[in-house]
Amino acid sequence: MKKLFILFSVIASFSLIGFSSAKACENKNDVPLTSLTSGFDAWKVVTSAMEECGNYTPTLDQEYKDKIVAALDSNPSQYSLAGVSASTNVAVLDAGLTRPLDDLIAKHGGALQDNQKVTINGQVMAIAMMTNAQHLFYREDIFNDLGIDVPTTYDEVIKAAKVIQNAGVVDYPLGGTFKVGWNLGEEFVNMYLGYADTFFDGNMAAVNNANGYETLKMLKKLTEYMDPEYLNSDSTYVQQQFQQGKIAMANLWASRAGAMDNAEESSVVGLVKFASAPSAKKGGKPASTLWWDGIVIPKNISDEEAEAAFKLAMVGLDPANLGASPEAAPWISNAFDPAPSNIGAVMTAKEGAAPYPASAQMSTLHGVLGNVLPDYLTGAATAKATLEKIEADYITAATEKGLL
Amino acid sequence: MNKKTFLIFTMPSFMMMVFFIAIPLFLVFFQSFHFKQDILEIVEREKCDPFGCKTETLKVPVLDEKGDRTKINIWVGWENYKNILKFEELNSIIKNNGYSWSAIQSIDFYQALRFTITFTFITLPFVLFFGMCLALCVNNLLNRLKGPVIFITLLPFIITPVIGSLSIKWLFIGDGIVTSLLEYILEKDIAVFAKAWSIELLVLFYRIWHTTPFAFVIFYAALQTVDKDRIEAAFVDGANRFQRLRYIVIPHIMPLIVFVTLIHLMDAYRVYDEIVGFGAEGFLNSLQWMTYDFLRLDDSGSRYIGRASATSMLTMIGIVIILIPVLRRVFREQKEKKN
Repeated sequence: MKKLFILFSVIASFSLIGFSSAKACENKNDVPLTSLTSGFDAWKVVTSAMEECGNYTPTLDQEYKDKIVAALDSNPSQYSLAGVSASTNVAVLDAGLTRPLDDLIAKHGGALQDNQKVTINGQVMAIAMMTNAQHLFYREDIFNDLGIDVPTTYDEVIKAAKVIQNAGVVDYPLGGTFKVGWNLGEEFVNMYLGYADTFFDGNMAAVNNANGYETLKMLKKLTEYMDPEYLNSDSTYVQQQFQQGKIAMANLWASRAGAMDNAEESSVVGLVKFASAPSAKKGGKPASTLWWDGIVIPKNISDEEAEAAFKLAMVGLDPANLGASPEAAPWISNAFDPAPSNIGAVMTAKEGAAPYPASAQMSTLHGVLGNVLPDYLTGAATAKATLEKIEADYITAATEKGLL
Repeated sequence: MNKKTFLIFTMPSFMMMVFFIAIPLFLVFFQSFHFKQDILEIVEREKCDPFGCKTETLKVPVLDEKGDRTKINIWVGWENYKNILKFEELNSIIKNNGYSWSAIQSIDFYQALRFTITFTFITLPFVLFFGMCLALCVNNLLNRLKGPVIFITLLPFIITPVIGSLSIKWLFIGDGIVTSLLEYILEKDIAVFAKAWSIELLVLFYRIWHTTPFAFVIFYAALQTVDKDRIEAAFVDGANRFQRLRYIVIPHIMPLIVFVTLIHLMDAYRVYDEIVGFGAEGFLNSLQWMTYDFLRLDDSGSRYIGRASATSMLTMIGIVIILIPVLRRVFREQKEKKN
């Protein structure tokens, strides 16, 4: 009898938990749904709200972009919903793996703003939820103590780094997302766009020029003020360097800004401030690229599943949900004011940073950059040889893909 | 055994070998002479995103009526091999710089080849030597202690290579425990993951640490079969410990030393887990890592299957070449035994 009582009370408490969480979601979901997205905080905010509606299993994976094309290409698709960035969207879009969303928006998407709709020839193919950009993070207390102004150009960044290094207040004045591969490629892309406007001449990569040379020189100068293990340093590593008070400045993703004031992880709560990405040339545009992140719905699922997935996504993207965690990302929403930690992204966009020029050519070049640059930074190759190799490797890769 | 019985008994394994070895190998060989591509077309489209609208002209895949990409396989002859081996570039480098290793290594393939070969041949003697030492030591232990000691010695081999290299990486990277300790003792700033030579040393050390238990287990088992009477006879004749090892034990377990060598050469030549685990691709490059890198999807969701197949074939040819001396030895011994 006693055992039975315990059993009953356990079941009762479980159903109570279930009941209380279901209350948070007004439209309970009864179609089994899954999603594949990146793993940073913003996605946690969105997917955890969606989980409240039940019957939904999110996969948050930092390496999601290695999986997304293959996962959506299978029939039926492995996921009923996917998170994309400006660049992965091109991959799934060009491969014809996503479905137009106009009908679903007409039915369930009343709360969406026009600037959230990513359209191709007038058809909505993705819903953007946030913008992202790498911009300047800096330790205000150190800057005030040493009397340094917030740098607006990379020459000023170097000058400030020198002062901080001489003062010896932190381990390394600078942090940077210079990890071999995609991260390092992105650093080159950002810096190069500070000097020039385009990477291509027709279909050919055109970076073997004075701008490419200046870009390489500047990247190398920056590494002199970084942790010497910079080739292993990704966004999470830089975020932790900040949180542990080891660095004073870095150009880091806006989606990481909220973590600076997370008292559970950070020893520098309230000390890190944000500004626009510095420009490469004096008076030029910020050396950074603008990104967006959002959701797409695969083509290879049933219409019922797609509708349920869209309805569920609208719960995650509901302004009330996003507005409850404004610090998690620069959300695209007029319903609430951006958090102070989003100011860097807003300023970078305002100063005229270019959107990431996503295309199949750009992905190819980005991959080549990530592989070729380490030899230059470690001193194994000269700037001239590096630029030549970038173009040669691009030609090989693009020819194999049939882009040339 | 008559022919029919022989065929019936070997058929299953022969079929397995055809399906799981011969056919995949042939497919890779076939693919290494092809480019796998989407059929592309140039389109002009208007794209709007949160940063505004613009018209872009792009090359995108042609989609069929079902909305899928159409892939084609184009015969390109030796093009993939040329793109990897880069003989023309190699020639001009040699013309300009002479036979300078550092200049030749600006081509990825030769950098990978250099590392793969030194890795294979530097780790081999250490693995054999330490494996033998451990086997001899454990063999002389008290019986009560043998079990636990063997278990502990085997641990490095039980751990999956990627996990093992990751945990070693975390001991050393940034302010890892070992690095902090070294910094404290030496009173200077140490960054193991900042220089090619220190990473290479760590990778070598890791592989030796990881594979020594394998050599140890094989040698230890072999030591159990050494004829005790012969050892005692040698002892009576006045042979010292080293002489007994040199003239009785080693010749007895030689076939197993050759076996461990064979397996280690094959394994080490395919090195790539360490490079992934240690995040060392900025400094080191191995042949199998090149294959892996070609197979990784980029942002546009495509990979370079042609060049990946070509590097796989080249890796296989490399393994066959380094195994030839060892295999010849085995064949010679088999022949001698028959006679």
